[in-house]
Amino acid sequence: VNLELTDDQVQLRDELRRFLADRLPTGTLLAQASHPGAVDRGLWRELAEMGVFSLTLSEAGGGLGLGRAEAVVVFEELGRACVPGPLVATFLAAGLVDGAASGEFVVGGLLDSPEPVIEHLDALDGVLAFDVEGVRLVDPPSGTAFLRPLDPLSPVHRTAPMGSGRRLAGFEAAAVMRRDADLLVAALQVGLGEAAVVMATEYAKSRMQFGRVIGGFQSIKHLLADAAVWIDVARAAVHAAAVEVDELSAGPGLGFDGHTCSVASARIVASSAANRATATAIQVHGGMGYTWELEAHLFLKRVAVLDNTLGSPDDSLDHRASELLAAADLAGISN
Amino acid sequence: MRLGSTEQEHAFRAELRAWLVDAMADLPAAAGADDWPAQRAYDTAWQRKLYDAGYAGISWPAEYGGRGASPSEELIFLEETERVGAPYVGMNFVGTLHAGPTIAAEGTPEQRAAHLPAILRGEQVWCQGFSEPEAGSDLASLRTRAVRDGDHYVVSGQKLWTSHAHVADYCELLVRTDPDAPKHKGITWLIMPMDLPGIELRPLKTLVDVSEFNEMFLDNVRIPVANRLGAENDGWRVAMVTFGFERGTAFVSELLTSIRLVQDLTRIASASAGSLSWSDGGVRRELATIAAELDALWAYTKRNVSRAERDGNAGVGGSVFKLAYHETRVHLGELAMRILGRRGLAFGDDASVTEYDHVEERLYALTLGIAAGTSQVQRNIVSERLLGLPKERL
Repeated sequence: VNLELTDDQVQLRDELRRFLADRLPTGTLLAQASHPGAVDRGLWRELAEMGVFSLTLSEAGGGLGLGRAEAVVVFEELGRACVPGPLVATFLAAGLVDGAASGEFVVGGLLDSPEPVIEHLDALDGVLAFDVEGVRLVDPPSGTAFLRPLDPLSPVHRTAPMGSGRRLAGFEAAAVMRRDADLLVAALQVGLGEAAVVMATEYAKSRMQFGRVIGGFQSIKHLLADAAVWIDVARAAVHAAAVEVDELSAGPGLGFDGHTCSVASARIVASSAANRATATAIQVHGGMGYTWELEAHLFLKRVAVLDNTLGSPDDSLDHRASELLAAADLAGISN
Repeated sequence: MRLGSTEQEHAFRAELRAWLVDAMADLPAAAGADDWPAQRAYDTAWQRKLYDAGYAGISWPAEYGGRGASPSEELIFLEETERVGAPYVGMNFVGTLHAGPTIAAEGTPEQRAAHLPAILRGEQVWCQGFSEPEAGSDLASLRTRAVRDGDHYVVSGQKLWTSHAHVADYCELLVRTDPDAPKHKGITWLIMPMDLPGIELRPLKTLVDVSEFNEMFLDNVRIPVANRLGAENDGWRVAMVTFGFERGTAFVSELLTSIRLVQDLTRIASASAGSLSWSDGGVRRELATIAAELDALWAYTKRNVSRAERDGNAGVGGSVFKLAYHETRVHLGELAMRILGRRGLAFGDDASVTEYDHVEERLYALTLGIAAGTSQVQRNIVSERLLGLPKERL
């Protein structure tokens, strides 16, 4: 077993972290929020050039030939910087849709849903529409109504039903894409939660009340500890689930011979940890945490957007429950 | 990052599995819940089997008779022994995981020779004399007094939570040798034979209705100076040495048990009718939440083991694990009681068809926030060491 990042993975993470700190420094998120609807095409292409969307494509296919393990490391950083846009769907489309990997073609994603609300419509060149048979590529729907968005960096429209479009993949390939989406959403949420804990911890170290920094009070320390604990646990779950997917797809090998962490579990735990951490960050900031100008709310709201991106934690709970029943039945038979 | 086994890990597992098949075949009957002499015989017999097969002291250095296994191999050992339901470390806990490694690190050649082989063979059972009525989370304020008299220390005081003291051969004892020094600087670590005159034990019944713990009263107990581990007044440092060995494996066995508890509860819920059965979406999702958290904690265990493999110990990861695990186990226990309903008003008995006793497990979960550092102390540790927040003023 080795769940420590390799040197290459650390380098990948640190390079992207430096790039994002430079391109999206503190305060610029809000500036973007005052111009809703726009995905920064320049930033999108730069991310594409760094391989964000083509990480797992083969080198022959123009990608980096890396695994899900690297993809979750990268997506955690994108979450940490609160990068707006349909990152997950564009990643899934790369290799299937021309221009997605290079950042020229921005792709959104939707499940067949009775509540057709779509993010970033004005920025989209195409939409991955998942249905019972698989996934198709459809044109962004027109004739839609702009809604006042929960997350100012994730503008939303109410849409007409999706067109028929072009079938990209059947049921099995689409299921793999859904599983990858769960992993990447979980990684983004871990990053958002981590950023929230860091932000609130820094504040707690400098904010003075009652003649001392509030980070010295156990009531604050324990709030932050609980938030940090679950983010750390969720990160390990995301890493383990990603590595398991990589190793299973690479062949039988010597096997794990033990209990494993399913992708559904990673999404469940990441969602709950990220909701807790981002709410904790607002609590620690007190009244300022409830204001528009402090960026803390952007992290909480993005977590909510991701809870509704290509599935939900409740879908993952139902999935994990079915795994549980199967395991219990098997164990019952063997006893 | 890598989850799959290396050739070496795979070979280790295969050899262990083969051995376990034979070892489990002639296991004696388990001892009754409150029958401590029988428990001792059962646990030490298993320890002897481990010794004969070369698995005793799995993480101990080979020079002290241990296996010298890597943290990953130790993880595999715990996984495989749990998988077949092998005996838990039980009464050998303090000897093999605490006192033994401390003696290996800090003991004299004579002390090592007197205790390490015997611990590994299951011939010495140890207990821990650290906590006192007035020294719990604030352990360093302990008062049990040791006064030098020639080549003996004369020890008087009271210890608490001394598990298995009534069947132990030795006690790792912390005493105050300098009452005037700052509290961390006046403590000494002693090896106390449990058959010395002046030791009185009173069983302390837990809320689970068993007498695992004792109060231990010491009245002018004469302990040879040769039984001192490390220097006089250096006992706090000696006691902290074991934390440096923490490999993130402390909860492997019971974490895997917890995963089985959720599966068992799933079966119980499937066989039940009404609003707290598997047919209810709320119950299903609550069980799935707990299963997901246990999956994540299993991943975190592997993370800690990986860190121990790299750095020598799991660092603050042990505290992170324990905090999250406590929360999850409390949730599991509460859900179990709701699903059991009125069936949960009695402890399981030997005739119970239920494989695990969910009522007892629900109560046991309460200890996870108390023993080996309360959750409040753990949160201080995490906030200070992981987040860099200011230290408590002690």
